[in-house]
Amino acid sequence: MNLQSVKTLYLAEMARSLRTVLQSIVSPVISTSLYFVVFGAAIGTRISEVDGVSYGAFIVPGLIMLMLLTQSVSNASFGIFFPRFSGSIYEILSAPMSYFEIVLGYVGAAATKSLILGAIVLVTARLFVPYSIEHPIMMVLFLVLTAVTFSLLGFIIGIWADGFEKLQLVPLLVITPLTFLGGTFYSIDMLPPFWQAVTLANPVVYLVSGFRWSFYGISDVSPLVSLVMILAFLGVALALVAWIFRTGYRLKP
Amino acid sequence: MIHVEGLSKTFADGFPALRDVNLTIRRGEIFALLGPNGAGKTTLISVICGLVNASRGRVRVDGHDNVRNYRAARQLIGLVPQELTNEAFTTVWDTVSFSRGLFGKPKDPAHIEKVLRSLTLWEKRDNRLLELSGGMKRRVLIAKALAHEPQVLFLDEPTAGVDVELRREMWDVVRGLRDQGVTIILTTHYIEEAEEMADRIGVIRAGEIVLVEGKHALMRQLGSKELTLHLHEPLAGIPAALSGHALELTEEGHALVYTYDAASQEDGSSISGLLADLEAVGLRVKDLHTRQSSLEDIFVSLVRERR
Repeated sequence: MNLQSVKTLYLAEMARSLRTVLQSIVSPVISTSLYFVVFGAAIGTRISEVDGVSYGAFIVPGLIMLMLLTQSVSNASFGIFFPRFSGSIYEILSAPMSYFEIVLGYVGAAATKSLILGAIVLVTARLFVPYSIEHPIMMVLFLVLTAVTFSLLGFIIGIWADGFEKLQLVPLLVITPLTFLGGTFYSIDMLPPFWQAVTLANPVVYLVSGFRWSFYGISDVSPLVSLVMILAFLGVALALVAWIFRTGYRLKP
Repeated sequence: MIHVEGLSKTFADGFPALRDVNLTIRRGEIFALLGPNGAGKTTLISVICGLVNASRGRVRVDGHDNVRNYRAARQLIGLVPQELTNEAFTTVWDTVSFSRGLFGKPKDPAHIEKVLRSLTLWEKRDNRLLELSGGMKRRVLIAKALAHEPQVLFLDEPTAGVDVELRREMWDVVRGLRDQGVTIILTTHYIEEAEEMADRIGVIRAGEIVLVEGKHALMRQLGSKELTLHLHEPLAGIPAALSGHALELTEEGHALVYTYDAASQEDGSSISGLLADLEAVGLRVKDLHTRQSSLEDIFVSLVRERR
């Protein structure tokens, strides 16, 4: 393992976020805080409890997951897309690094940034609503697995995209709707039976449900199923990345 | 230092960019790869550096296979790409240090300083790349390629779009690197560049290596000379007594152009024979000058021959 190379790539990616601290950190924290103010403190007080948890507290895990998914995808996709766009990818591809090391550098940095943001949002949420964490270790596990999986997805999108439009396409048209409809703001028990069944096809439901369980011990689907589903997504993402490097897709003709 | 054996590359659209290329680059030399646009120069470099997968053949860098033992092979190589590809918002110091780390080398501020000073970039070390001129950005690319102390440096069209003064400075930089023992491979379509700097020259056309030769040997073998004789009185035609010489009448009869090659130059008999015959037919010469064909002439004739 060429640790020096991985470290260099990782730190350079982290430094890029610090250069754009407003966009990378302040902006997602502010937008998530606004959700807490509107749905938690303002509207939330007029909504009855969900499974014995106040609405403001109920949406905390979902909002953290929403931010985690969108930030993981956007950080990782931009991280690999920009050197491809500028041409500086030649340096990465000609360095004595294995594909695994390249992915470790990019995806590791993207996931770290998302986790830092997740931690900031978690602390920020405490200012607006009281919440508890019943299973902290499982919470961290869900957080890390989700950040890594969706950073891998972002990495794949960043390689697939051949322009800025495509780079935004998947996050806007797929990730955000799936997250909003994945139980961020509601329990799927609130839906009519037909839509409950449809919602179960949404992979984000399992992420939000498992994560919420780690907070309050309540979930739409079994936490074990959630964990298995996250691991399955991780496996699919890893397989896709492996295929990209094996074939040289959009990287190495 | 570099051995390319039977290398072919056909892209997905069926375009054969390289066809059975065999090439050996010697340690410590400056090798110029000449060729028209689209000849396969950049593809060849890209395959050697690991940016493009070969369809067939193999590349060894100092004995290391560039696929099976890619880490050792790439460690030895520095690449300066054709395009100015920099991250605009980083500083010169940071981007050059990044390149060193990327190649697995520990931090060495003294070496980075040495590289930046040698490329007259030291004063600009804290500038962001977007603040630099095009020539400076190209120097930064060279600095990045040298950051990990490579033994082989690939320069893909290093002076494309660079003004004459800077081009000469670049040449000095490259010669300095060669003096330090770095093997240099440069692609160019500026014949002047190859003529000025290269020890050996390879000509590539349509993905095939047409010729590899030492620069001086190439010019000696293929270069022809022209002797132009300006006459006192114009001639209507070449006198029969001079028909044995390869002469051409130009400038409306005021000049005779004699073309000869390196071999006849060495024995000298043809020129002295011509001068004696001119004397014999009573032609008086007002002035004369000679011109040796440049590498460009040789290159053009080589490329034409293959068409």
